[in-house]
Amino acid sequence: MAQAKTQFGYRRHPDQVRPGQTPAEHAIVVVGAGPVGLSLAIDLAQRGQRVVLLDDADRIGEGSRAICFSKRSLEYWDRLGVGDRMVEKGVVWSVGRIFHGESQLYQFNLLPEEGHKRPAFINLQQYYAEAYLVDRINDLPEIDLRWCNKVTALEQRNDSALLTIETPEGAYRLSAQYVIACDGARSSLRQMVGADFAGQVFEDQFLIADVKMTAEFPTERWFWFDPPFHAGRSALLHKQPDDVWRIDLQLNRYADPGVEKKPENVRPRIARMLGHDKFDFEWISLYKFQCRRMDRFIHGRVIFAGDSAHQVSPFGARGANSGLEDAENLSWKLDRVLRGQSPATLLESYHVERSMAADENIRESTRSTDFMAPNSHQEARLRKAVLSLAKETEFGKRMVNGGRLSVPCSYNSPLSSADVETWNGGPRPGCSMLDAPVRTRAGEGSYLTDMFRKGGTQFAVLGFGNGAAIELPGDVKDIRVGGEGGLVDPGGLAAKRYDAGSDTAYLLRPDGYVAARFRHPTKAMVAAALSRAQGLN
Amino acid sequence: MALSTSSNFARPDDAFRAIVEAHRGLSEEQSADFDAALVLILANHIGDIDVLREAIVLARRRMVDGKQQQQQQQ
Repeated sequence: MAQAKTQFGYRRHPDQVRPGQTPAEHAIVVVGAGPVGLSLAIDLAQRGQRVVLLDDADRIGEGSRAICFSKRSLEYWDRLGVGDRMVEKGVVWSVGRIFHGESQLYQFNLLPEEGHKRPAFINLQQYYAEAYLVDRINDLPEIDLRWCNKVTALEQRNDSALLTIETPEGAYRLSAQYVIACDGARSSLRQMVGADFAGQVFEDQFLIADVKMTAEFPTERWFWFDPPFHAGRSALLHKQPDDVWRIDLQLNRYADPGVEKKPENVRPRIARMLGHDKFDFEWISLYKFQCRRMDRFIHGRVIFAGDSAHQVSPFGARGANSGLEDAENLSWKLDRVLRGQSPATLLESYHVERSMAADENIRESTRSTDFMAPNSHQEARLRKAVLSLAKETEFGKRMVNGGRLSVPCSYNSPLSSADVETWNGGPRPGCSMLDAPVRTRAGEGSYLTDMFRKGGTQFAVLGFGNGAAIELPGDVKDIRVGGEGGLVDPGGLAAKRYDAGSDTAYLLRPDGYVAARFRHPTKAMVAAALSRAQGLN
Repeated sequence: MALSTSSNFARPDDAFRAIVEAHRGLSEEQSADFDAALVLILANHIGDIDVLREAIVLARRRMVDGKQQQQQQQ
């Protein structure tokens, strides 16, 4: 149970033994080799940046932890060159069912339409995701991954940060222009900058057990309110690769973690749920929810991403997925700033956009948690009314909150140019691009997300139809759908999803978000929107 | 103001009476359950979050008024 899946060796780096004790200077030091830190390092390396990635452990794989990875995260991992591996190993799903007592209240499909490269979600143990990311890093000489390197002190300077790092062979120091803290919910860098981490603690306790068994349940997310096997509380069942099943049982707030975590006490609970006890434990954990965020994600030269900056309850898969969105939001901005292409103030938009997303994720996950664990008699009464109305009415079903699953946030951003024309659909500025199937002129089937990532993600103009080709600045990619020489849009899905007319163009940021869109673009309009999106005015 | 507070029923007494009678024979607990369901059903029928918010403010004002009255009596 809970064995380390991959062990890595500590290796001494020349930075540790430097004449005259002057610390080595680096542009970017990422702290924490979890999904967020690993992905961020790869993204930056693919943009040509050199990255030092530090982790205080020498292994990955203590338990499954995060398991649900969203479509958005998979599209990001496609860009990082690891999407296929994740999806091949992962359990693909899009359907969830909600039960009350013995009967099903309703089911939902998170991706009910065709024509997307990636599914709504995959389930994959975090240790697999991390192992694949580490494998990818081994192909990238720009990344210097140092295990058993624990940051123990931070000194902020005007244009850099000085880190003291403990290793098995003693301490050394590094200077970094930017330190990215991806060191998790208990972030030590957060403590070092003296930032508080305020929010709400939920009193109810939840038991997670990952069990190994062969079972015929479908690959769907099943959630129960008041199931016969766990009266009065909620339960969750979800499939992972390797015949591992995630089971989540709500316990009361007075449960004794030491007692409840013992396998001999967990076993009968799970056996009652499954109707048999032919299973083995992979991982058992007992936890309380916290929903909280840092006030500011940027402290001098230290930038926080993932759980170090914000923490949500796990119902909704908003933890790891939002951390990955942090990474993709930050990396292109940091790259531009380090190259001197954009002013350092562009980084402020990372804080603006991602703290907005954190608020949304906290709001959604707090609502789910409150619905699962009502705080008062009256809240419980309203929930009872919803569950009972859900049996007979459509609106009741939609009010039942068994977790609202992660979708990309829409940014109200200083980088966006507001719509000036009328649109009846399509992603508005500040929203994530949508996927659609396309075919190349050579007849090869592909997707818009693939066309966007081909050759590295930069700013891109996604143009439709025959619209007069606008002269684009050299580093802006041109993706054309329809018209002469453009991609074929079989079935017209792309045009439909983008509410595109014969001249429509979308300006996409390097993270795949829409910066601006035009019914009738001109060179000047695109240039102005581009300059705004790059933080140049 | 999105919430209509003018009298919308041709026969308001009928509406009041219908709600009163629906509570007949219920225990305190059942009455509270009934109210919770009725509120949710009506809120969905209205289907306008601004109207709902204004209705909540108007209803909550009873609590504030009640408190002020108590203070004045003291």
